[in-house]
Amino acid sequence: MNSCEKAAIICNKSQYNEATFIEKIKLKLHILICDKCLKFSKKNGELTNLCDKAKLKSLSINEKEALKEKLKNIDDKF
Amino acid sequence: MTSHTLNPDIWVDQYADYLFNYAVGRVSDAEIAKDIVQETFLAGLKSAKNFKGDASERTWLIAILKRKVIDHYRKINSNKGKAEVRMSYSSNVDSEGDWLEEQVADPFSLLENDEIENEELGLAIQDCIVKLPKKQALVFQMKTIQGISTEDICNELGINPSNLWVMIHRSRGALMDCLNKNWFSI
Repeated sequence: MNSCEKAAIICNKSQYNEATFIEKIKLKLHILICDKCLKFSKKNGELTNLCDKAKLKSLSINEKEALKEKLKNIDDKF
Repeated sequence: MTSHTLNPDIWVDQYADYLFNYAVGRVSDAEIAKDIVQETFLAGLKSAKNFKGDASERTWLIAILKRKVIDHYRKINSNKGKAEVRMSYSSNVDSEGDWLEEQVADPFSLLENDEIENEELGLAIQDCIVKLPKKQALVFQMKTIQGISTEDICNELGINPSNLWVMIHRSRGALMDCLNKNWFSI
């Protein structure tokens, strides 16, 4: 795995606050020398902001399965 | 004009989240929104034979959903006592006096626009999520929207953390591209 790939993983982790302190420093150092990753990092942060702003909601897998089950039962009656 | 067909089998996977977000924006209650989505699908199945194919499947479902939202508000306002205008002044104890003036909307406020824009943004993101491969979409939603921990997702889906991060990476990349096209270019 090259350093850009590693940086991308850390960057993704830090979007969910799951990067460790050391990892964050590694990412910062890498961004200093790598333009591509700097761009990616900015875009990634933007996406996180958008997702937060949109207050997205979704149904959980279980809720969806339950919904499918109900629709199937109805469907059979027609 | 291309005519559209209905595929009830894919409704839940394709449209449930979109409809759910749409409904939450209108009834501000997740439980009620969930019921409305279910009613929408049921009504859709029942009247599937009336579908003429002029509109896309989703547009058609949204139209049904809108009726269901109206029905919901009719229902909660059906009792005569509830039908009166509810304008309570007691919500803010500190403010006294010019109560009518205080109710007037601030003409310079952009907050309402924010709400509308955020809802549209939410629907745009939802549109992009649906285009992802199914498993990636699932992982992204669990992680980003439902905020489930990495460990729990791995256990539930039977994958290891590095699989998860690869999928997150791909889905985020695809979403960035998709939003660049569909959101920022408008």
